[in-house]
Amino acid sequence: MIKSLKRRNSELADGQKQLKILSNELFSEGHLPTFKQKISESGQFPLRAKNLEILQINVGYMCNQVCKHCHVDAGPDRKEIMTRETMEQCLEVLKNTTAHTLDLTGGAPEMNPNFRWFVEEASKIGVKDFIVRSNLTIMRSNKKYYDLPEFFKKHGIHVVSSMPHWTQGKTDSQRGNGVFQQSIEALRILNELGYGMENSPLKLDLVYNPSGAFLPADQKSLEADFKSALRKDFGIEFNELFAITNLPISRFLDYLVATDNYEDYMYSLVEAFNPATVSNVMCTNTLSVGWDGSLYDCDFNQMLDLPVNSKIKHISDYQEAILQNREIAISQHCYGCTAGAGSSCQGIVS
Amino acid sequence: MQKTYYDPADLKKFGKISEWNEELGNKFFDYYNSVFEEGELSAREKSLIALAVAHTIQCPYCIDAYTGDGLTRGITKVEMMEALHVAGAIRGGASLVHGVQMMNKVNKLEM
Ligand code: SF4
Ligand code: SF4
Repeated sequence: MIKSLKRRNSELADGQKQLKILSNELFSEGHLPTFKQKISESGQFPLRAKNLEILQINVGYMCNQVCKHCHVDAGPDRKEIMTRETMEQCLEVLKNTTAHTLDLTGGAPEMNPNFRWFVEEASKIGVKDFIVRSNLTIMRSNKKYYDLPEFFKKHGIHVVSSMPHWTQGKTDSQRGNGVFQQSIEALRILNELGYGMENSPLKLDLVYNPSGAFLPADQKSLEADFKSALRKDFGIEFNELFAITNLPISRFLDYLVATDNYEDYMYSLVEAFNPATVSNVMCTNTLSVGWDGSLYDCDFNQMLDLPVNSKIKHISDYQEAILQNREIAISQHCYGCTAGAGSSCQGIVS
Repeated sequence: MQKTYYDPADLKKFGKISEWNEELGNKFFDYYNSVFEEGELSAREKSLIALAVAHTIQCPYCIDAYTGDGLTRGITKVEMMEALHVAGAIRGGASLVHGVQMMNKVNKLEM
């Protein structure tokens, strides 16, 4: 199993170092236009936060997998875990916000010892859409997680799971040996409980992101290919496929640099820049809460240590009126959200 | 710097050929883009055909372009290689089938 960048003492474990590379450090010739310049051309700078719709909470960086592209640099060796106290502060905010969606992410969020307690408390408050980003394999990794599918069903959780490809080879090469088989088993169990089935209220979505230095093709056609292959080969059903672009940060950035793909990848993002996506990037309606309660515009900014541009920096001080309309903190990685049809945690944005 | 006839960076400049004859250039690219749209054949199938043809005509630009295109569409390397064998079989077959002409000629000329 590969180790996290942090465990390897890689300089790329440091958000500031990543931001430095993103600011053209590695370009052999020419330079990239800055994201700021690019969105200014279409009169869209500064990017500002609108009403809060999605509260995304990262409950810790611990994970049972160590995927090659992971933008969180998650893994079994990451010990950052949200405490119950911070979770209580999140619940307080949830009671009083306009957010209609709660999105729990990690690492593997289920590995936080207070995960179940948090889900129970949050579902009492009630949100329209309660998402857990589950990597699937966690449900089969250890007996103590075997009942997670039933637990999700009981609380009407919307399960969103990564699936790099409908074949074993491509999935395992990105996410680790054996991941595909375990994911298929978990999907079968979820299907048996009604997840992803037609007319069922239990939603099961898959997330596709390219297994290498290239952009995703059209989301609808990829969804059709995934659906027909998973149905034919394994009898598996799911609702939607979200195709997302890999952002050049953390382990994916490390991969790009190590394989000499960084420059070409950045150019391909810039070439694919689509101004029509800018007004819908997820930071405009999302707030991301880090494991220690710090606030960020998105999960990516969280990993780059780019905090919100606001005097309120922690969930315990949350005030919607002050955070609203704040200027979003941007850098070159934002090109990843605005390439092609655009990319967010929910897939395309335009 | 090593000089070669092909520069991978030139692929990105392909669109520039319209600059010296906009009308014909635009017609070509309109046609080109229409060809690769989803039709009776899926865009995925067309991508594999393009990859095979690219190897047949040995165009390095097209090979790069349709290898990348195939990856974005989730086409696996096994599928890509299979498409190449189709190209290889047709190329090999095209040589061999002319053997019939050779045989005809020999049969005609030999006593
Ligand atoms: S499962 Fe998700 S969080 Fe865990 S290593 Fe893979 S991408 Fe990262
Ligand atoms: S990376 Fe974050 S801040 Fe940048 S555009 Fe995407 S969501 Fe917004």
